Amino acid sequence: MTEIKQISLFVENRPGRTAKVAKTLSDAGVNIRALTIAEAGDFGVIRMVLDDPEKGYKVLKENAFTVSMTDVLAVEMKDSPGGLYEIVNTLGENKVNVDYAYAFVTAKAERAMLILRVDDIAKARKVLGEKNVKIATKEEIQAI
Amino acid sequence: MSGYWDPHIERMPLEDLHALQEDRLKSVVRYVYDHSAFYRRKFMEAGVEPGDIRTLADVSKLPFTRKVDLRDNYPTGMFSAPKSQVVRYHVSSGTTGKPTVVGYTKGDIETWSESLARALTSIGLDSDDVVQVGYGYGLFTGGLGLHYGAERIGAAVLPVGTGNTERQIELMQDLGTTAIACTPSYFLHIMEVAEKMGISIKKDTKLKAGIFGAEPWSLETRKRIEDATGINAYDIYGTSEISGPLFTECHVKKGIHVWADMFLIEVLDPKTDEPVADGETGELVFTTLHKFALPLIRYRIGDLSIMNSEPCECGRTHPRIMRILGRTDDMLIIRGINVFPSQVESVLMNIPEVGDHWEILVDRKGPLDMMTVRVELTQAGFSDKIGDLMKLKKNISKELKGVLNIAAEVDLVEPGTIPRSMGKAKRVTDNRKV
Repeated sequence: MTEIKQISLFVENRPGRTAKVAKTLSDAGVNIRALTIAEAGDFGVIRMVLDDPEKGYKVLKENAFTVSMTDVLAVEMKDSPGGLYEIVNTLGENKVNVDYAYAFVTAKAERAMLILRVDDIAKARKVLGEKNVKIATKEEIQAI
Repeated sequence: MSGYWDPHIERMPLEDLHALQEDRLKSVVRYVYDHSAFYRRKFMEAGVEPGDIRTLADVSKLPFTRKVDLRDNYPTGMFSAPKSQVVRYHVSSGTTGKPTVVGYTKGDIETWSESLARALTSIGLDSDDVVQVGYGYGLFTGGLGLHYGAERIGAAVLPVGTGNTERQIELMQDLGTTAIACTPSYFLHIMEVAEKMGISIKKDTKLKAGIFGAEPWSLETRKRIEDATGINAYDIYGTSEISGPLFTECHVKKGIHVWADMFLIEVLDPKTDEPVADGETGELVFTTLHKFALPLIRYRIGDLSIMNSEPCECGRTHPRIMRILGRTDDMLIIRGINVFPSQVESVLMNIPEVGDHWEILVDRKGPLDMMTVRVELTQAGFSDKIGDLMKLKKNISKELKGVLNIAAEVDLVEPGTIPRSMGKAKRVTDNRKV
């Protein structure tokens, strides 16, 4: 199973930095599926799911960004009360820690997509699978 | 390993060396008294005459000179030789005030070149080497100084000067440069550019030695440079007032050899002006023993160092000074505590997540001095978890506090954002209005 590669960037908190990231990806024809910015005062970390992470990583690196690739899980979440609870509770009961998470809703799907970075990705996949939670593949993310 | 340029002088027994120094001290004191109105007045004010200087210890009877004397007597008021004998001038940049002018007779240029010929030989260079001089040419002494020194040992000189870094790297490959002389901060920049060009200094060039100076740099930076490039990085020392770059470490790398037949050094407690013992930190005071256009008597350069007068394991008997801690001019006083930028550098270069380039900003918020240290995060140091980055910031602050004794704010910045320098790096921006 190939994991979904999230692209993370170290950016200083000053005007125009996020625009530069967006422009770099746009010029390369790379599409952003989901994005979140975590800020910590004078700097922040941008995390993104891209349709073509390898290409995105390459162009960002060429443009001198500090960039890394991280394996994350993309799980489908019922778009109804309790949808998130089911997932995080399963992980918690199985002692899998969530480092961070963010969600997005796709135009086509009636379900929300939750991006998770966990400390034990194989175990998370296994325990969520047992609960019949649908985990998106790399190809599915690309095809959204 | 390497031989000597002038074995007779370099290995001279201490007794003979001291006798030579004593003779030359007496001569230079007589010479400046007879030839320079400035010194005659200065000696008279201090109540001392050339006849009072009989032994080396008598040097303490002589008055000090300082940079301010050169400024006050701008341009050539302190010269002892007539203009007809001067063959060259160099002029300092004057960043901290009025520029200062230094001059050389034909013999002075010879002595300067001889000093560097000994130094370059002591790090194993000879006529088979190609020496790339990446110091500025022109009014700055670095470029021409190294140029003459390297030519004197018969090496091929590549006089590239500063800047045009990609071309420097191409020439380094094409002409087989084996040694480079430049500021350590500029060499770090060369390393960075080479990497971007896809060139490994270790594998794709013949570089084996770096002669780095003109700004203080730490042992930690030496380690980084040596580990990354496989070269030997040597410290070089000198200032324009005493000719320019003059002395380097030998291949043993345990201090910089100061040629005692050319210079008499004292290491003094800056508060009491009394000599400190070998191994103790003090201010370097130079008396030129064999310089004629602009001889200097007890010149207080303002650099802090430690002297070791034991003969070196390389066989040279001349005294050594340890890595320069910093120039008193560069020292920052933050909340009443003395901080040398070189201390900050030695802390930062030990932290692998920190890149090679950094800067210090000093500000005043209300009554309080604030020091901010800006460091570039390396690609390897980047974690996409905010908590890890905050921990790193905290750790850098803690390490700095441990050495400096004051709290510093640490900013993590993106690689490439701190200005790169071609010459002397500007590490400190002090925005305090005094």
